[in-house]
This record gives sequence, C-alpha cells and structure tokens, in this order.
Amino acid sequence: MLRRFRLEEPETVREVSELLARFGESAKVYAGGTELLLAMKEGLVQYERLINVKKLTGLNEVKLDNGTAHIGALCTHRQLETAPVLQQRLPALMKLEKNVANVRVRQVGTLGGNLCFAEPHADPGILLMALGAKMVAEKSSSKREITAEAFFVDAYETCLEADEMLTEIQVPVPKAKSGVAYLKFGYLERPSVGVAVALTLSDDGKSVGDIKIAVGCAGPAPKSVPESEAILKGKSTDEAVHRLAEAGEVAGRAARAISDLHGSQEYKEHIVGVLLKRAFQNAVSQC
Amino acid sequence: MSKAMSRRADTQTIPVSFTLNGRLQELEVEPHELLLDVVRERLGLTGVKRSCDVQVCGACTLLVDGRPVSACTTLAFEVRDRSVLTIEGLAEDGKLHPLQEAFIEHGGFQCGFCTPGMILAAKALLDENSKPTEDELKHFMHGNLCRCTGYKKIIESIMAAAKKMRSAGH
Repeated sequence: MLRRFRLEEPETVREVSELLARFGESAKVYAGGTELLLAMKEGLVQYERLINVKKLTGLNEVKLDNGTAHIGALCTHRQLETAPVLQQRLPALMKLEKNVANVRVRQVGTLGGNLCFAEPHADPGILLMALGAKMVAEKSSSKREITAEAFFVDAYETCLEADEMLTEIQVPVPKAKSGVAYLKFGYLERPSVGVAVALTLSDDGKSVGDIKIAVGCAGPAPKSVPESEAILKGKSTDEAVHRLAEAGEVAGRAARAISDLHGSQEYKEHIVGVLLKRAFQNAVSQC
Repeated sequence: MSKAMSRRADTQTIPVSFTLNGRLQELEVEPHELLLDVVRERLGLTGVKRSCDVQVCGACTLLVDGRPVSACTTLAFEVRDRSVLTIEGLAEDGKLHPLQEAFIEHGGFQCGFCTPGMILAAKALLDENSKPTEDELKHFMHGNLCRCTGYKKIIESIMAAAKKMRSAGH
C-alpha cells in the first residue's frame, strides 16, 4: 500500500528546482515511478510530496547533433529501444534498452529515472560510462555536465545536488573502426553482473586503440576500470586476447563485488572476468 | 502548475477523465491511489489481478493506449485523457476476441489467474507485430509469469490466434 502524498505538477525545470529547494528531503522527483513507487510501497522510503516531471516539454526526445546523441532524461526505455538514431548509431545501447526488465517496465520507466535512482542492479549506467556519456544537470540558475564516473556515488546515491534535476544524457557516437558491447548475467529479475566494453582499433585494424571498460551490478555502483584498460590498450589484438584473463581478474577486483542473493563475492568477480572476455571479443568483431 | 481541487485541507484530489473499455469514465482520485485498486475496487472490474505487486509477474497487466502497463505500480491519475482496456472490454458484442478463443481451444490456461494479463499482453504484441517469431513472442511475453502451464500451451494459443487474426484481417 502506498501512503498518502501530495502531487506537484511543475512545467519547467525552474519550477522543479524551486520545489526541490523548498521541500527538501520530504519531496522526490517522480517520472515513470517504476523504481520509486516500489520502494514507497515497501515502506523503504516515504515522501510527503512527489514532483511529477512528465509535464515538462522537450525532455523526451533523442537527437543527433555533431557526433553526439542527446537523449532527453524523460525518454522511456521503450522509446530508446525503438529510436532510429540509436538503431543506426548506438546499437549496443538500443540492445541494452530492449532487455531492461520487462515490456511493462520499459513502457513507463525512463532512462533519467533509472540513472537517478541509482539502483545497483541496473544496466544503463554501466554502458553509458564505457561510452563516455555525460549527464546534464540543471537547476534554477545553472546547468552543468557530469561524467558518468562522477555521477554515480554509491548505491542509490548520485552526485546531484538537492535542487538539481537530470535533464539530458549526452552520448558520443562511436567513430569508425569501433566496437561496443554490453553483456549481463543474472538468474534473478535484475542483473547480477554487467560489463561494458567500448573500443577502437588502430587504422590497420591490428591493435587496440582507445578502450573503455565499465563494470556494475556486482557492487554498489557502476565503475570504470582504467587498470584493465591499461593492460589492453595499445596491444596487438592477438596479445590483448592473451591478456584478457589478467584484465578480467583486475576488473573483478575493481568491481567492489559484495556477497548477496545474487552470488558470493568470488563468484561475481569470476563472472566479471568471463563477461569482460566475451564483451572484448564481441566488440573487436564489430570493428 | 495545475491546481488540484481540495475536499479537505489535507486531502488532494485529481479529476480524472478517461476511456475505460470504450466508455468515458470520470472520477476523482487521490495522488497515491493505484490504478489496480481503482479498477478493481472502485470500478468493480476484477479481471485485473494483484499478485507480485512489484511489476514482475504481469497478472495486473492492463493496456493503456494499447500498451501494456503494470496496474499495481501505476498511479491512477496517470490515465488522465487516455484509453484503458481491461480483459472485460476485449470481447465485442458478446463475441470473444480471437486470443480468448485460442486460449480456450488450445488450453492456454489452467488456474486462470495469469490469463487476463497474458491475453492483454499478447494483444499488445500482435497489434504491433502481427506475425511474431517464437523468439519475439517469448521476448515480449517473458514478463508475464504462469505457474501452471509451463508456457507451451500459452505460446501455442498466441501463435494460433495470430494466424487466425491475420487471415481475418484484424
């Protein structure tokens, strides 16, 4: 059962920000509600007020501009799994969106809500981190861009300020000779481990150029793994394949895995390594 | 900013006008009221079921503007100016929908608790993809759980309905 709350329905970012400033922790931004309402029904969190942001206009579109996909924070997973821009330029993100939860959650759940709720067992933040995405946060008087690494602070915690609202996710579109893969593993409703790899190959296609690796779900928040990237970067693809086990072990340790219903810490660390190996090979095969 | 009407100082109500199974409905809801409770308790349509209550099982599936949502986790005010279809609205002029007929013909249910949600989700699938492959069907339907049938009969039912609907030009 949901306890009573009051509903606010602002129409601009400024109004949202002012409401957040005025009501502080007794109010929460509400978009799709697929995470928030569950937590409220369980009694894990209570708010006197929900701020429905779905009356804001212009935040539910995907646009391609100068090599960057601009995704409005109110885009639903459903919109993203069917967005032509993603299909053509970011197929790995489209595929991820197609496999978020189930068709009903995707219908109303928003990408912005997913990121802001920062539930540890969530897919999008991991891939967005590997893609070098930036989150745009706005409040009454200002607007700033936040890297995915800085955005996720801890389980259920982002770096958003109390009166800030996430309005857009900016994703650089991968260039030529690049590959992007996100793989997840789990046997419960939510993923137990997720690993994303985004890489480019050198012009001759024989060695690894840039590479970004991010892991998540195993621990409290998505995390990039520069130590694993360093093991693979600049190596010939053959040598990189030989060093995948090492890179996977490093990534497993970096994942800050915890033992819980999804598996033991050791088990999750092992799965990180397995998924990293597969994701790397998948990404290379796309180049 | 929209101003909701107040009955008492501490009670906020929101006027909601929507189409339910083809008929206009107008009522006032409080912000915290769930669509599932409003449809079952206030409107008396009990085909939609509460089961897991966390958007996993699909027993509370309703179609809002033709798309499946979990009524257990949808705030009732969200259906303002929209069209809601429940299992009670699927038959037309006393004639069962091809999906309903197929579930009967092919034994697509046993206890029946998941069936309204199954059929509505399947309708949403077939409305956007009249000829799904079995993999597409499984992907779309994997969020609707059945603890009786083992799914085989459900898949057969939906495939049979799809075929029938295509030949009938639905």
